[in-house]
Amino acid sequence: MTQFLGAVAGGVGLGSIYALLALGFVIIYKSMRVISFAQPAFMLAGAVLVSYLSPSIGFVPAVVVGAIAIAGVALVVERVAIRPMVGKAVFVIAIITIGIDIVVRVVAGAFIGRDPRQVGDPWGIDAWEVGGVYIAHRHIAAFLVTTVLVLALFAFFRWTPIGLAMRASALDQEAAMAQGVSVGAVFAVSWALAGGLAAVAGVFAASGRTMDQNLWHIALAALPVIILGGLDSLGGAVLGGLLIGVAQQVVASYHRQWFPGLDTNIGSITPYLVMLVVLLVRPYGLFGTKEVERV
Amino acid sequence: MLAVQNLEVVYDDVVLALRGVSLGVPDGRIVALLGANGGGKSTLLRSLSGLLDVHDGEIRKGTVTLDGEQVGQLSPSALARRGIKHVLEGRRVFKELSAEENLRVGAYADRRNLKANLERVYGLFPVLRDRRDGQAGLLSGGEQQMLAIGRALMSDPRYLLLDEPSLGLAPKVVEQIRDIVVEINGQGTGILLVEQNATMALEIAHHGYVLENGRVVMDRPAAELREDADVREFYLGLGADGEAASSFRNVKHYRRRKRWAS
Repeated sequence: MTQFLGAVAGGVGLGSIYALLALGFVIIYKSMRVISFAQPAFMLAGAVLVSYLSPSIGFVPAVVVGAIAIAGVALVVERVAIRPMVGKAVFVIAIITIGIDIVVRVVAGAFIGRDPRQVGDPWGIDAWEVGGVYIAHRHIAAFLVTTVLVLALFAFFRWTPIGLAMRASALDQEAAMAQGVSVGAVFAVSWALAGGLAAVAGVFAASGRTMDQNLWHIALAALPVIILGGLDSLGGAVLGGLLIGVAQQVVASYHRQWFPGLDTNIGSITPYLVMLVVLLVRPYGLFGTKEVERV
Repeated sequence: MLAVQNLEVVYDDVVLALRGVSLGVPDGRIVALLGANGGGKSTLLRSLSGLLDVHDGEIRKGTVTLDGEQVGQLSPSALARRGIKHVLEGRRVFKELSAEENLRVGAYADRRNLKANLERVYGLFPVLRDRRDGQAGLLSGGEQQMLAIGRALMSDPRYLLLDEPSLGLAPKVVEQIRDIVVEINGQGTGILLVEQNATMALEIAHHGYVLENGRVVMDRPAAELREDADVREFYLGLGADGEAASSFRNVKHYRRRKRWAS
């Protein structure tokens, strides 16, 4: 039982990171109908930037400044690389985001260097022990910060004019334009939000370990998350993130009993196995809009 | 005055939808725009509100002017800020937002008088106040049309472009919408009313245009249009003697006679 609870606690921490990343995917998808593959790069860039900032200004300010800076980078990238392509086929824009991902990732990766870098988080691998269950501080922190960010996002989409305009534009872009909503502003804000969220996710992904070039692999698991939660559902992204995180950790914890012949990596591929099952059984995910196409 | 001069609009670089249309909407008047399907009515509204882009349309010749200043190249959001609001055909409310959220989106172009405008819209459409927290998609067709009009009013527009507000509504509701259009106009908003329901449109309009195959074929005060024999026959569904056409034999003339002297 303690093993299970320990796995769940770790899964919630990991799932919070997935949720932050998945929210970025969903926000961009809702506004542009494009899956942005640039999220992993923003995540890595955020973590690298924070690792440079935190020694001088402290960890928490570094995360805030880093998230805002990466949001700014995303804003510029959207303006330069994506906006001119608006109106072109969605497939073309998705491919461009892959290009952006590679460029940003290589540039950010070059700053990692050879010395081991850390984001400078105060938690490290400390943990509390509650009745035999070890709960890592960084997992608790990830979960709390994600909760706060999710609440802030929901408030943003509910009460601010631009948030409301973004929801309206996701439902009916032309009607939103007729109300005076600038679609360019909607795209820009969605990219900035996604970039900022990815940067925060990167910090938590990198906490408790040293930075390496492969940190971005974690962001790939956001794809199964959005498939599970539904491409266009913010709530689905959060819940899907937690579910996938927990599933991954539980499988990783029990792999010796369940899959004796397989190596520890079975945990890492769990998100993708879940994704395959979801695609077979319920391709629009838990909360996604069921596509109805009439011919 | 919101006006277009010799406007030519092309879709997808090939389809010529407007062929030299000139038309004006004076401040505080109701102008009716009649015509058969595919005549270019919606295209004209789109070129006034800047929404041609969305449909791959483009102004090839001619100008769109607001008080004499050229505005044809402006974005929809800039035009909305200048007080031109387009109520799209088919209502197009944001179905998953609540009625009040729909209205708040409508205030995006000009949020200064949000509270007062909300009260004004609820005053015009009391039913919306009752259903303010309900999902807009669950409103009836008439209520959705009211919501669409109310949403456009939220930013104090100078001109309201109404595309087929009576589409698919029961006659009683059409009357209600008609009265409301008159009331909105009475509060000082200029209205360009595109309608298939010519009877309704000509009842309330000051001036009328008939658009056919992308050309203006008639441009007269509404009272004259109501009396015009051809308009009576083709748009108001009345026979030459003023009675509703009693037999399809009379309607057969439609094709042959549907050419205006020009």
